Amino acid sequence: MGNIVEIEGVNKIYGKNHVVKDLNLTIKEGEFLTLLGSSGCGKTTTLRMVAGFEEPTTGTIKVEGERVEEKEPFERNVNTVFQSYALFPHKTIFDNIAYGLKMKKVPKEEIKERVLEMMDMVQLTGFEKRYPSQLSGGQRQRVAIARALINRPRVLLLDEPLGALDLKLRKQMQLELKRLQKKLNITFIYVTHDQEEALTMSDRIAVMHDGVIDQLASPSEIYEHPATKFVAAFIGEANIYDGCITGITDGIATVTLENGVVSIRCPEDFSLLEYATVSVRPEKMKFSTTPVEGFGLQAQVKDYIYVGAVLKCIVSLPNRNELKIERLAGQELPPIGSKCYPYWDVDDAVLIHNESHYIFEAINNIKLA
Amino acid sequence: MKKTRHELRANTLPALLTVGPVTLIMVLLIAIPLIYVAVMSLCSIDEFYNVTLDFTTDNYMQLFNADYLKIYMQSLVIATVTTILCILIGYPFSYVIARTKSKKKKILYMMVIIPFWTNSLIRIYGWRTFLGTSGWLNSLLMSLHIVDEPVELLYKTGTTILGMVYCLIPFMILPLYTAIEKLDTSLLEASSDLGAKPAETFFEVILPLTSSGIFSGSLMVFIPCLGYFFVSDILGGGNTDMIGNLIERQFQSGNNWPLGAALSIILILVTLILVKIYQKLGGDMDSLGV
Amino acid sequence: MKKQRREKRNKRLSVIFCTLVYLFLFLPISVIVVNSFNASTTKPYMSWKGFTFDWYIKLWDNTSLLEAFGTTMIIAIVSTIFATIIGTLGAIGMYRYKFKGKNIIDALLYIPVVIPEIVLGISLLTIFAKVNVPRGMLTLILAHVTFCIPFVIFNVRARLSGYDQSIEEASMDLGANRIVTFFEITLPVLAPGILGGALLAFTLSIDDVIISYFVYGQTKTYPLKVMESVKSGVAPDVNALSTLILIGTIVFVVLTQGDLFKKK
Repeated sequence: MGNIVEIEGVNKIYGKNHVVKDLNLTIKEGEFLTLLGSSGCGKTTTLRMVAGFEEPTTGTIKVEGERVEEKEPFERNVNTVFQSYALFPHKTIFDNIAYGLKMKKVPKEEIKERVLEMMDMVQLTGFEKRYPSQLSGGQRQRVAIARALINRPRVLLLDEPLGALDLKLRKQMQLELKRLQKKLNITFIYVTHDQEEALTMSDRIAVMHDGVIDQLASPSEIYEHPATKFVAAFIGEANIYDGCITGITDGIATVTLENGVVSIRCPEDFSLLEYATVSVRPEKMKFSTTPVEGFGLQAQVKDYIYVGAVLKCIVSLPNRNELKIERLAGQELPPIGSKCYPYWDVDDAVLIHNESHYIFEAINNIKLA
Repeated sequence: MKKTRHELRANTLPALLTVGPVTLIMVLLIAIPLIYVAVMSLCSIDEFYNVTLDFTTDNYMQLFNADYLKIYMQSLVIATVTTILCILIGYPFSYVIARTKSKKKKILYMMVIIPFWTNSLIRIYGWRTFLGTSGWLNSLLMSLHIVDEPVELLYKTGTTILGMVYCLIPFMILPLYTAIEKLDTSLLEASSDLGAKPAETFFEVILPLTSSGIFSGSLMVFIPCLGYFFVSDILGGGNTDMIGNLIERQFQSGNNWPLGAALSIILILVTLILVKIYQKLGGDMDSLGV
Repeated sequence: MKKQRREKRNKRLSVIFCTLVYLFLFLPISVIVVNSFNASTTKPYMSWKGFTFDWYIKLWDNTSLLEAFGTTMIIAIVSTIFATIIGTLGAIGMYRYKFKGKNIIDALLYIPVVIPEIVLGISLLTIFAKVNVPRGMLTLILAHVTFCIPFVIFNVRARLSGYDQSIEEASMDLGANRIVTFFEITLPVLAPGILGGALLAFTLSIDDVIISYFVYGQTKTYPLKVMESVKSGVAPDVNALSTLILIGTIVFVVLTQGDLFKKK
């Protein structure tokens, strides 16, 4: 598989806003890549630069090995599915979908054949003569996708295409989009702020934060081994604590947190006395009624919240921070108000480098007190 | 930084093509003429009524002569009364048609506009035919023996005001209609639910929320009123001159353009002040033209 | 019970009030229509002397009146076309692009809307006289285009405020260049606002008296022709023409807004 989109050293500056900072990203052919991040992180700007609606301030963008940053949108072999769908309100569904082919001066007969085929593929047969305002949100969404796909673009750009749909429809469309992508073997660059959507659909995810890619990896890698504190916090739920590595024995690090020490498997690139962040998923957390070796956390059970298959336990630490722990429903649990000792298997937590000195001061303060 | 080809094609060129013509016209036919009027108001005329560039403030001095001051007062009174009458008639009327629920609403709305597709001069003349001494109203009154001889209804301040109200009332009704139509009925229900009587609901909820319509309507009635010289010409017959008539005379029969220009400056100032007040009250300039 | 009675009374009052207002609005027009069938042949043609169609026949011989009407139509059509094109482009450009002096143009646009027409009229008169433009058809059209443009712009602008610019991006994304996008997407979507503006421009142009009064030279428009005859008494053939115009506009409304008058 070759590279189809190569973004090299791209910066985008609006006045004083540095929206995209020295971005490098290579997208492989046939890949489903998601740009994930909260609003204002630069993900949509990146997408719009690939589409040609924005010009990079510096840097190059190549599509199929050819530089495109000075090309107009209508000169690029990529198509976009817009967040608002951007369907033409004055054209019928048929004419909306046929638009790209009409612009390419494809013969009328062929246009008709291809549009009908495409409408069949997205299950819109029979809606040819309707106008966008006469369709439901989900149907408009399909028109937007069909309108882009009919041009057989090498790359399809999708800007939060499911954002306006309700939860159930969104889940259904996620699977359908993935199916279409596999079937047509087109590269998808997908922008979303919904981490669950990103995990479900993508081959790779680029988590963006403040104009920079924090981590580029497969969904499981991102979930299991977040590279930065931001990624750990942004993807899924996590208990995240800053601390300092105060001992390493047999590949197990002892990390001193504000509320006590914990143990964790230590990757090789961590060293003694380094500031580090510990991240543990709620479902990996355990708690015991007796102290556990290697863990010095003490907490009090505050509340149980029943959410279907699992039970969420909220326990509070001495500094009033709360920990989230997930248990399968039906297990025996200590009563609310009782003391407990949170812990985890040393392999189930993740250690993340931390450059912040603020933490060190916080720890010192506590020690002094 | 150099302008890229993209920048040129995406911004500079289309901006020039789209905004260029309107800029040209607005500058050449609005800005420059108005500046020229201001300059002319400081000019003099020679014995052949030609404008000369001898700068003087004489024209402005003349504005304060007693006859003119009386006409300014008269203009203000007529414009103010016209505006108030337009509100008093236009508000309840707009309220009723804007709150009509059925399809009739659009027909009722169109029926406000249709009369104004007939030339305004002719409609004003229609009033003259109706009100004149040999007009229809007098004929009717006489045949019913309510009066014995024709009553002079024309050439009075009241007649001019009637004509002004008639000409300008759509400019009051249309913004009021828009403002009232936007009013969310659930607010009225909420108000009465919270214990307000209909009159209280009107003053506490309806009036404040539709005041924008009253403001823009008043502006669009008051200002043109000062300049509608033909209404006072036809219905007031020279007895109810307004600033508009004064200006018209300087540019036509009087042939003293600099004085006419100075008189126009008064109207420009009045307009500026009223527009400023309108904006202070939170008025939106764009809603004036639609 | 009491509430119902009160509502009924209110309803009756509002019906009476509105009927009176409509009477007020239509009274002078009915005078004109009725008078166009008045057989009276002596000035000021006011007292009723019986029914006749004569004025409609005489109208065809009054070439100067018909000519003035033709002039009005030509001026209205030409100025509407120019004002609509210039105004639409201007509204789109001002909505989309940032440039220096934009707020000045914006302020200039409000002037024809708020300033008394007479001021606009005399300012155009003075400048035309200054640069020696002969007054006539040209100056009339220039004046009408000028005061119509802002109304077109505000109408198009109102439409633009609900306009989703991403449809233009979508069009370009699908291979249409800027010019094709403008004609395929921008223009049709803005069409209702443009048409509304054009209709308003046409109406304003046809009815304009005050501004035309100062710039007409020898080219008399229909309103100016009427103005000339007002002092001595408007001849019933003018009434006849006005009646025909009124019928024409009503037919136009019924044809274009026909569905309004149909029962569900």
